Amino acid sequence: MRGFPIFPEQASTFAGPVDLLYFVLVGLSLLFAGVLPFVILWLIVRYHRSQKVDRSNPINSSLALELTWSIIPLILALGVFFWGAFLYIQMRTPPAQTLDIYVIGKQWMWHTQHPNGKRENNELHVPIGRPVRLIMTSQDVIHSFYVPEFRVKQDVLPGRYTTMWFEATKAGEYYLFCAEYCGTEHSRMGGRVVALSLADYEAWLTTQGPIILPDGSIDSGQPAISVDLGDPMAAAGQQLFASLGCAGCHRDDGGGVGPSLVGLFNSEGSFADGTTAVADENYLRESILNPNAKIVAGYPAVMPPYAGQVSEDQLNQLIAYIKSLAETDGN
Amino acid sequence: MATTALPQGYLRDDAPGAIAWLKSWLLTVDHKRIAILYLLAINFFFLLGGLAATVIRIELATPQGDLMSSDIYNRAFTLHGIIMIFFFLIPSIPAVLGNFLVPLMIGAKDLAFPRLNLLSWYIYMIGGIFALVAAVFGGVDTGWTFYTPFSSTYSNSNVILTIAGAFVMGFSSILTGINFIVTIHTMRAPGLTWFRLPLFIWSNYATSLIQVLATPVLSITLLLVAVERIWGVGIFDPALGGDPVLFQHLFWFYSHPAVYIMILPGMGVISEIISTFSRKRVFGYEFIAFSSLAIAILGFLVWGHHMFVSSQSVYSGLVFSFISMLVAIPSAIKVFNWTATLYKGSISYRTPMLYALGFIGLFVIGGLTGIFLGIVAVNIHVTDTYFVVAHFHYVMVGGAIMAYLGGIHFWWPKMTGRMYNEVWGGISALIIFVGFNMTFFPQFVLGYMGMPRRYHVYPEEFQILHVLSTAGASILAIGFIIPIIYLMLSLRTGKIAGDNPWEATGLEWKTTSPPPTFNFDTTPIVNEEAYAYPPDAPERDAAAWKPGSPL
Repeated sequence: MRGFPIFPEQASTFAGPVDLLYFVLVGLSLLFAGVLPFVILWLIVRYHRSQKVDRSNPINSSLALELTWSIIPLILALGVFFWGAFLYIQMRTPPAQTLDIYVIGKQWMWHTQHPNGKRENNELHVPIGRPVRLIMTSQDVIHSFYVPEFRVKQDVLPGRYTTMWFEATKAGEYYLFCAEYCGTEHSRMGGRVVALSLADYEAWLTTQGPIILPDGSIDSGQPAISVDLGDPMAAAGQQLFASLGCAGCHRDDGGGVGPSLVGLFNSEGSFADGTTAVADENYLRESILNPNAKIVAGYPAVMPPYAGQVSEDQLNQLIAYIKSLAETDGN
Repeated sequence: MATTALPQGYLRDDAPGAIAWLKSWLLTVDHKRIAILYLLAINFFFLLGGLAATVIRIELATPQGDLMSSDIYNRAFTLHGIIMIFFFLIPSIPAVLGNFLVPLMIGAKDLAFPRLNLLSWYIYMIGGIFALVAAVFGGVDTGWTFYTPFSSTYSNSNVILTIAGAFVMGFSSILTGINFIVTIHTMRAPGLTWFRLPLFIWSNYATSLIQVLATPVLSITLLLVAVERIWGVGIFDPALGGDPVLFQHLFWFYSHPAVYIMILPGMGVISEIISTFSRKRVFGYEFIAFSSLAIAILGFLVWGHHMFVSSQSVYSGLVFSFISMLVAIPSAIKVFNWTATLYKGSISYRTPMLYALGFIGLFVIGGLTGIFLGIVAVNIHVTDTYFVVAHFHYVMVGGAIMAYLGGIHFWWPKMTGRMYNEVWGGISALIIFVGFNMTFFPQFVLGYMGMPRRYHVYPEEFQILHVLSTAGASILAIGFIIPIIYLMLSLRTGKIAGDNPWEATGLEWKTTSPPPTFNFDTTPIVNEEAYAYPPDAPERDAAAWKPGSPL
């Protein structure tokens, strides 16, 4: 037992700002909840029927008073709203350069996968001082990835990706909870988040353990650390891309039946029905599983749907590969 | 000792035998008898839901699971939620106190559709039986929120039966709402204009609007879950081509307004009690009346604040957060007006007043922590933790149940013709207040520390706060049991109340206690506003007080 703790540790860049806002809210609440009961107590004692006090000229309404106690709370509420709104926008806007880690939730465990192919169960190792973005999906029901010490939480949904970012500030071990009720063993669906210094993290990345091999299979091994922390996922995705025959239509030079995927990620595409969308992870996912949902303008609707033919892991690899095509294009 | 005989009123038993007596209750169309039927049924469900809560709190006294399996624990908290919300809180004040009082307060003989009223009770009971059968044959483990695709595809429990129960209950709620709306529109006594109505009527009117407009959405949503579960039609499960978040939108579109179905009638009760025991017209009548309507309308626009971390876009998060902030204003207006009513009043500490004052204190905490939750940056950390659990118990138990108990005590003499034991009344109100705070205040701290809700087992460092909470819950349970005892005893031994034991205004106090079957011998004519205490009423009340008079 760690004594009688009443407050969680602050271990991410969000923890400080969120706690500050929280304490301001506690303070403002005390203005009301701390003072009002004493006003009421004073009133019910002073004006108790046994007290001989002046009760003449009672008033039953006062527009000035009503306006006062409507407008002051309104101003305070709007003040904390805008404060919270800016912080929220910041919490939901990841920086341009993030370390992307894939997370898959299922009843009742978490799989995480690092860019060099290193995999973990119910654990997540992250470096401190570096923004980390989690790209998450679920194989079955809704889960929620929650790290109290980081003050971050995001539901993890089946059938789509949700993302969340944070930057850990303090090396240590923290709780990882599933926060959305997901069935019998919900309360045991969790583990730990281990925050390490960048050097320790890189060393940890090369330790013996389950890894993903270039052909997409999972085995035990000792992963190599690559300079850009980006190869094996994309490599596995490239293998898959070839073995599924994707390259036959999606030719890099743009001369295929389907559009070229070079530079696709995060670009804006326009479709046969006149709409447009940004090609994010959810778009890529949909276009692989159900290609006819959005037909790129100028191309025929001939791609077969891959729903049920690729696993969540394989999808993550394909998407990592397609994203890598955009990065090489940019450089 | 009573010197005058108790008038029998609507309770008169002139049935020639047991069967006839049973028929005179089970086939009655008298709104007051139907209110008593509801009272019995609803209190039964409250005790059942309370039993489930007891089991949960005992299990949580230790971090490991030792009393039951995770599966049983999940079924226990689901049973607690479903029974308390659908079969206790939503019908509690409208179906019991509203049924009894709406016609009396507006000078009518009955509700507009007495047979429909009886039908509502039977529909409620059928819904309740579905839920009970589901519980007896193994229960359900989805949580009261029935989130998909867990409920529609993955859960191996009695989802369909339970959903059927909530679905059927919804019709009872809709019919009661329609009945109240029509009654309040068409059956007010001569001279009883809208702005002479008691605030209890205003708040029940606002509640009825929500019941009629929002409940069908829940019914449709639950039906869709059943359709997906039985026939595999893809609506919510992405594996079948559905959208799991769609369920949450539909569910909260009802279930957020449902919170106001629970709390608004309670606010009406508090206005009546505070005014009576201050001997003063309630302060800012129009502001309290319109704030009820404002809460009812805004309540339809904030459902998204239950879904801030469910993949909602930043834009919709901000919009829902902003509108949620606005709900704080009409709620604050009510609290300030009640407080101002006390000023220069002549205050007595009778049991209903103690509940009303307790309500204000607890509702303020419940409301303020609602602001915490409405701010997305803070919500991300505390949503789905015990902070939320504590918040909604402050609103629902601290608000709705305190008001329900206050109202039951306030109108008990009118309903039964007898007084309960005032000393025990005061003692149990204090026990409930202390027990409640001890149970739920530690849960705010637990939530901010990161303890997720619906956890059967939990890390060790949360234990102290859980033990505190469980200890508080046992005090709270004692506080709930005492009133059952003295209220039952009062039926035999209570002092005869007389028509108006509290010297209150309002038409319900102008008829006998208990009232005759058709409420009034002659239709009352109203020529004054509600709470028309004369300006010197507090002074005269205080002047008449001498040591030995009730406090």
